[in-house]
Amino acid sequence: MKKNVIRSLILWAFCLVVALPGQVMAQDLGAHADGKSGDARNGKLLYQRFCVGCHGIEGNGLGENAQWLDPRPRDFTTALFRWRSTPTGTLPTDQDLYDTITRGIVATLMPTWKPLNPQQKVDVLAYIKTFSPRWKTQKPGTPIPIPAETPEVIESVLHGRELYDKMACWKCHGPDGRGDGPSAPTLTDDKNLPIRPYNFHDGTRFRCGETNQDLYKIFMTGLDGTPMPSFADIIQPNDAWDLVHFLRTLQPFVHSKSRELWLQYAKTHPDIKTIGVE
Amino acid sequence: MRFPLREKRAKDFSSGIFIFLVLLAIFLSSPQPAQAIPAFARKYGLPCSACHIGWPELNNFGQVFRDNGYQMMNDMDSPITRDASYFPMTIRITPQWHRESANNQPVDNVPGSGGGGEHAGTLTTAGFDLSGIDIWFAGTLFKNISFSVLPSSDNTATFHFENAFVRFDNLLNSRWLNVKVGKFELDLPVSEKRLLTGSGNGGFYYIYHFSPPGDANPFGGIGDNQLGVEVMGHNANSYTRYSFSVVSSVDGNVGLLTSAGTPAGRTFDYYGHFEQAFNTPHSGLMKVGAYAYFGYAPTFFQTSTVGGVTTPIYGRGNEPFYRAGVEWKWYFNKFLFKTVYLHGYDNAFLANGVPSNSGPLPAGLRSASWNGGFVEGQYVISPQWIIIGRYEGIRMSQQANSATPGDFGNLDAFTIANRWYPFMFSRAGLALQQEYSWVRSHGITNQGGGFGNTCLTVPTCNISSSSVLLGVDFDF
Repeated sequence: MKKNVIRSLILWAFCLVVALPGQVMAQDLGAHADGKSGDARNGKLLYQRFCVGCHGIEGNGLGENAQWLDPRPRDFTTALFRWRSTPTGTLPTDQDLYDTITRGIVATLMPTWKPLNPQQKVDVLAYIKTFSPRWKTQKPGTPIPIPAETPEVIESVLHGRELYDKMACWKCHGPDGRGDGPSAPTLTDDKNLPIRPYNFHDGTRFRCGETNQDLYKIFMTGLDGTPMPSFADIIQPNDAWDLVHFLRTLQPFVHSKSRELWLQYAKTHPDIKTIGVE
Repeated sequence: MRFPLREKRAKDFSSGIFIFLVLLAIFLSSPQPAQAIPAFARKYGLPCSACHIGWPELNNFGQVFRDNGYQMMNDMDSPITRDASYFPMTIRITPQWHRESANNQPVDNVPGSGGGGEHAGTLTTAGFDLSGIDIWFAGTLFKNISFSVLPSSDNTATFHFENAFVRFDNLLNSRWLNVKVGKFELDLPVSEKRLLTGSGNGGFYYIYHFSPPGDANPFGGIGDNQLGVEVMGHNANSYTRYSFSVVSSVDGNVGLLTSAGTPAGRTFDYYGHFEQAFNTPHSGLMKVGAYAYFGYAPTFFQTSTVGGVTTPIYGRGNEPFYRAGVEWKWYFNKFLFKTVYLHGYDNAFLANGVPSNSGPLPAGLRSASWNGGFVEGQYVISPQWIIIGRYEGIRMSQQANSATPGDFGNLDAFTIANRWYPFMFSRAGLALQQEYSWVRSHGITNQGGGFGNTCLTVPTCNISSSSVLLGVDFDF
């Protein structure tokens, strides 16, 4: 009799151990991107193989290497993501996260994960979504519309330059876009850690992507968790495109029509107003 | 009559022995020095498992990293982006207990004496030992310029350069054009330097080094690192890759000498490899590819006689040989299957050790050719635990001497191993390995690193040799 009780207990313990992971995975909210559906159980194995060193076993960005990294790895438990297509304060779409995983984050230790196949990336994504309860209670925001790009003409560049000055973008990013504006040393992120504004002068690729559309999105969505706000309520789409065209002039190592136009204009207009000077 | 206490003690003793053996198996074991670079893990903060199926074997992410010239391509690759204290160095060595045994060996009838005749018997040795050591430096010199220098020793600390090269990556801003110069591992279908097995009989691929018995070709095989220049390219995820190398006909030896220590000919060898991967539904990556090595080896030497002393200066009478084959690899969820086929050919002068300036070959002498291949399966239980099994076989298709039995030199090899990584992080690596390998060769000893001599009754007997390895493989 006693033996049977012990056997039953062992059996129940075994069942519990086997069933527990299933319970954990019951929080699997799935993920859908690039035409694939993700499975968090597979994603967990991949996460442990590839991601855990930086993002940590609990997804809180406190992996063994986190203390050495600048910027710090993303804390998935807050579900605050910078590179989104959705309005500020909302969750990103699965495709946004999928694109970030694929693209990597340039000039950080987040590499491009192109070597993982699409299914693997969606599986990892499904697992990442299990770290924050926000994914259960909220839905991703609706991607902002990106209207057709306005023509890259000198008037657009000049208006963008005017906005850059007027909206005080230079206070963080600097008059020449080198990320050395007067406010730059004071900036912190949502974890109260120092954060540097993007250096347009040296950077050849943006962390959000490489196209003008990617840059446009940043103005309209902002970078949640950083001092970079959304300008969706402040500027019109045409203004945003003008800003995009101006920012391209700050990149000497990237060929763009806007920069060509600007260089020609600057030659014939040496008296143009300096940014950041009253 | 029963003695419960005695039985209990006997049981306890048995349990104790069992636990001891398990612990011994766990805490002892592992392979010869090969290639895994915690220096990279330290640089990028990634765990070993990010780049390796189990170090040192690369997964596709690691392959892309390697193909990019040890770069993540995130504008953080140049050493100038790193803290000045970062130093790209790693060491690897494997303390181990191993046992080597071979049958049909010439055993002296009177131990300790060369006299008294001999008989065919089994010779076995065993004990604690060390592997060789790798002291490896590898990284980037600048964005898109990478390097590797690997002084490697045997277990007596006699060093040589296992590799030493500089690589120029993404030339013309294209990942399809990368050039490597120096001594390097050929882009083989399955890297032998990244093998997960390492015992005397199981620590290499036989097909990569096989030469028919009696063959005088000094080429040590495509498994040897070679000296020359490689052009290679790949797409973004390295699903499509090519490599083409032009190497000196020296089998990777410095000083313009062949593996036999003789002067090399003034010729070049050529190697090419193409690989294409596909994503298979509901499983994983499948890779297929083809490769070929075409080379020359001298059959006599240009000599110079000074003061009555004749010295060979360089090889002449260079005759051709080739190795060519195909590959198939499939990452089937937790299973990984690797199959490689090779066909080998040695010119008749090379295969028979006859100088090509000595006139026509005697009747019955001809070129040698053979077919070989291996099937390797890996079960990746987790990034920290891998079970490996492999069968390898070689069959002579044409003997160099028509009088030689057709199966002379044929070979079968089995290896099974269990490799466990107690921890997995980005600073160092440790693997506990248990491995058994067994080889049977027809008529002559196998050509591997295991213990064994030519048998007494050549060419009719078979030799079976085996290795057991329990090792602690560590890499820092």
